[in-house]
Amino acid sequence: MKGALILSLAILTLFSQIVLADHPPGESHLSVSPIDTSHVAAAQEGHGSGDNIGDVIMHHISDSHEIELPFIGAVHLPRLELFGIDFSITKHVVMMMLAATLLIVVLSFAARRRYLNEVPTGFAAAIETLVEFIRNEIAIPNMGEALGIRFVPYLCTVFFFILTSNLLGLVPFAATPTGNISVTAALASLTFIFTQAAGIKANGLGGYLKHFTGGVHPAMWIIMIPVEFLGLFTKPFALCIRLYANMTAGHVVILSLIGLIFIFGQGGANPWAGYGVAPLSIGFSLFVNLLEIFVAFLQAYIFTLLSALFIGFAAHSGHEEEGHEAHH
Amino acid sequence: MEGLSFAHLAAGLGAGIVALGAGFGIGKIASSAMDAIGRQPEAAGDVRGTMIIAAALIEGVALFGEVICVLLAIK
Repeated sequence: MKGALILSLAILTLFSQIVLADHPPGESHLSVSPIDTSHVAAAQEGHGSGDNIGDVIMHHISDSHEIELPFIGAVHLPRLELFGIDFSITKHVVMMMLAATLLIVVLSFAARRRYLNEVPTGFAAAIETLVEFIRNEIAIPNMGEALGIRFVPYLCTVFFFILTSNLLGLVPFAATPTGNISVTAALASLTFIFTQAAGIKANGLGGYLKHFTGGVHPAMWIIMIPVEFLGLFTKPFALCIRLYANMTAGHVVILSLIGLIFIFGQGGANPWAGYGVAPLSIGFSLFVNLLEIFVAFLQAYIFTLLSALFIGFAAHSGHEEEGHEAHH
Repeated sequence: MEGLSFAHLAAGLGAGIVALGAGFGIGKIASSAMDAIGRQPEAAGDVRGTMIIAAALIEGVALFGEVICVLLAIK
């Protein structure tokens, strides 16, 4: 309680200095806070005249061809184009690569050869707990023994990658790869592909196609089949949007709350109103940041759980699931 | 009012209604969860897990609506 109060006061003091003085963007980022207050301040000053707060927020949320590093400023990233498709390395791509590298380094450390024969200790034990949780609580209950164990690597990949990407967004100067709808669409497509593949493998191509008819009289097939076909896509679509919207919304809320300080301060015209709002605003931002950490874990878990559920449904029952997953 | 103002109005109203719906839904879940835990404290762990999952799913729907509202307001 006291710690949080002191932290907020410290942030407020730092922040007021940033607002008062006319620091160039590179310098004012010596903040100690985990909150991206430095971002908004930098962006405001980096854009010269303290643009519209909406633009600042959009700038932070969207992908861009530059990446802002702490003491270096904006770094332009290469654009690559192959066969007319834009493969440029953008901010989110860099963050994804960073997440992947982190995961490879950290998880391979937890999976060392040594632990094949002895009980893991320390950090490796923590990772093992998570993997075991995925296997015992997510994979096997939803997909049965055999299929469950075969899919554990995919589910673990999805879980850890989404978790790391979500958490990266909370680090100052980093962005959330999963806050980009293309990334979440790719993840949802992977689940979609696996779902269909598992369905075809388990029920055969005929059985899989028969699932589209839904067991109604053949006269109704003309209506049933397109509806079922479209229904195939709603679930992965929901997965995609759920993850994207959760991540983006959290960041927008944090940025808006901090932007309130600038709005009240009317861009320097009435700074004391801004200072007055600052403790409230930063308090709320702190709270929302903590909530975001929780949401990061939760969304990774939900994505993994729903992927397992869908794959299990497709493989096992074909179409006899009453209480069919409602359209989300 | 011209088209653009309607869009902004709709975005604001829509976002509010979505939040209302989500609040109601999650409130109902939380209330049932508390009843369940009250009746059977040993099941608290299971109930809590299910509650969190259901809440996340409902939030998914709410955020669908929010995304559409944001699109309305921006475009």
